[in-house]
Amino acid sequence: MNPILIGPLTVAGISTVLALIIAVLDKVLNNYGEVEISINGGEKKLQVKGGAPLLSTLAAENIFVPSACGGRGTCGACKCRVISDVGPHLPTELPFMSPDEIAHNVRLSCQVKVRSNIEIELPRELFSIKKYKTHVEKIRDVTHDIKEVLFTLDSGEIEFVSGQYVQLVVPPYGDIKESAQRAYSMSSKPSDKKHVELLIRLVPGGIATTWVHKFLKEGDTVELVGPFGEFRVHDTPAAMICVAGGSGMAPFKSIFYNLYETNAFPEKDIWYFFGARTSKDMFYLEELRELQAKWPRFHLVAALSEPSPEENWAGDTGLITDVLDRYLQTVIPKNDKGWEGYLCGSPGMINACINVMKKHGITEDKIYYDKFA
Amino acid sequence: MIDAPSVGLLSLFLASILTSNVLLANFLGTCSFISISKDFKSSMGLGVAVTLVIGITAAVCWAVLYFIIKPLGIEYLSFIIFIIVIAGVVQMLEMIIDRFSPALYMALGIFLPLITVNCAVLGVILFMQIRKYNFPQAVVFGFGSGAGWWLAIMLLASIRKKLDSNNAIPAGLKGTGITLITIGFMAMAFVGFSGMIAVQ
Repeated sequence: MNPILIGPLTVAGISTVLALIIAVLDKVLNNYGEVEISINGGEKKLQVKGGAPLLSTLAAENIFVPSACGGRGTCGACKCRVISDVGPHLPTELPFMSPDEIAHNVRLSCQVKVRSNIEIELPRELFSIKKYKTHVEKIRDVTHDIKEVLFTLDSGEIEFVSGQYVQLVVPPYGDIKESAQRAYSMSSKPSDKKHVELLIRLVPGGIATTWVHKFLKEGDTVELVGPFGEFRVHDTPAAMICVAGGSGMAPFKSIFYNLYETNAFPEKDIWYFFGARTSKDMFYLEELRELQAKWPRFHLVAALSEPSPEENWAGDTGLITDVLDRYLQTVIPKNDKGWEGYLCGSPGMINACINVMKKHGITEDKIYYDKFA
Repeated sequence: MIDAPSVGLLSLFLASILTSNVLLANFLGTCSFISISKDFKSSMGLGVAVTLVIGITAAVCWAVLYFIIKPLGIEYLSFIIFIIVIAGVVQMLEMIIDRFSPALYMALGIFLPLITVNCAVLGVILFMQIRKYNFPQAVVFGFGSGAGWWLAIMLLASIRKKLDSNNAIPAGLKGTGITLITIGFMAMAFVGFSGMIAVQ
C-alpha cells in the first residue's frame, strides 16, 4: 500500500477504535436501570431511568427545579436537598454553598447524577411550575440587537408576580443537537394572563439568543417553563432605586406598568436608571417618559455612556454607575423611608452597582437582583 | 521478535522507583509536581492517579507498538499515536472508576483528566520503546515509574509542609523558588541510589 496512506489511516483507525470503545463503555457503564426518586418523604414517587443528572431527570417528569443557566452549573439556582448519600459535594457545587447548606446536604441538582434510588426534598410550590405551549404572536425589533417577543398561551393561564422569569425551551437547531433552556424575565403585566412578553438581546454565540434572532418566526410554537424567581417589589415604604442595562429592562417594564395599573405600595418612590452606550441601544424612551409625565412618583433617568455629538442627546451622560452615584449623592431625597436597590443586567453591571449602593448606605440585604450567568 | 534487555523484574521495579526516578533523574512531569505538591492530600490523589495511568498506558502502548506500529513500519508516527492512546485510555479509566468506585473518583477529582497531558506518562512510554522492554518489563517499568513519581511528590509535599511553617525563608524565595531548590537537593540525594542498581 502507498506509504503516504498507511500513516494517516493507522492514526485514524486507532482513534476510531478508541472512540468506539469509549462509546460502548459509556453505554454499558452509564446504564443504571430503573431507579426510584422519592420526593418529600414518599409524598411523590417517580420511576425513572438512571444515569442522568437529577435536574434533567426531574424535568422529564414535569417537575421543574429553577435553573437559570440550563444545567451548566454556573448559576447555582437549582439547589435541592438530597437525603440519600450521593457522595461528597463536587468542586463545581462548593462555590454556591454556604457551610450551613453543605451540612444539610443541599446540592445542585444539575451536578448530582441519579445512580440509584434517591430521596430528595423539594419546596411544594415547585409542583405548580408548569410547561406552557405557546405560539409567537409578534416579534418586534426594539434596538439593533434586542427583540421584543410576544407569546400567546395556547391553553390555560399563567399566574406570576412582576419580576419573575420563565425558561425558554430551545429545540435542537442547526449545529445544536440538544434541546436547551434559558431564563428570561417577563416584561408583560401579570394582569395579562394569556400572554408572555420577553426581551431578548442577541449574544454572539448564544444558543437561545441566536435561535430567537435568526430562526424564530411569528406563528412558531414555543414551550415556556415557569414562573420562577424571587425578584419582586418588596412591601416596605422604602424608595426603589432600580438600575438596568440592555434587556435588563424586561422585569422593570412589568413591575412599573403593574404598579401604575394597580397603584400598589403607594408610599414607594420609584427611581429608574437605564443605561445604554449610544441612542442606538436606547429603547422604550417615549413610553417611559409618557409614564413619568402622568405618574408623579416615577422618575426616569436614562443615560448614554458614549453619545456622539450628532445624536443631540439631552439626557444624562456617563457610565450608569457614575450617574447612579451622582444621583444618590445629590438628587434623590434622603428620608426616613430609606432606599432599596433593584438590579437587572450583566453580572459586571450588577457588581458595580452593588458597590455604588453600598457606598451610599444601602445594605446588601436590601439589594435585590437575579444574576443570569 | 523483541531484543529485550536481560534485567530482572524486581531490580527493574526498584530501579524505576529509585535510580532512574522519572521525576528526580529525568525531570519529567515537573509542572504538576511543583503545583500540586503544596497540598498533601491532593499529592496523594495525583500520585495514585499517575501510577495507575502510567502502568495501564504502558501496557496498552506496548501492545500498540509491537502489534501495529512496528509491523506497519510507521515508527515515525509513534509520538502521535501514543498521545492518542494515552488520551483514550485516561478517558476510559475515568469512566470505569466513576462507575465502580465513586469514592476514588471523588478523591482523584480533576487530576485524572489532567494526567493526559503529563509528560511523565509519555516519557515512560518512550523510554519503554527506546529500551526495547518486553511486555512484563514494560508493565513493571510503568507501574514502577508511577510509584517513583508518587514517592517523589509525597516526599516533596511533606518537605513543603515543613517549609511553610518556617519563617527564616526570605520572601523572594518563598513558594516556587525554594521548591525548585528543594527538588534539586532531592535529585542529588537520589543520585546516592545510583550505585545500587544500574538499569539502562
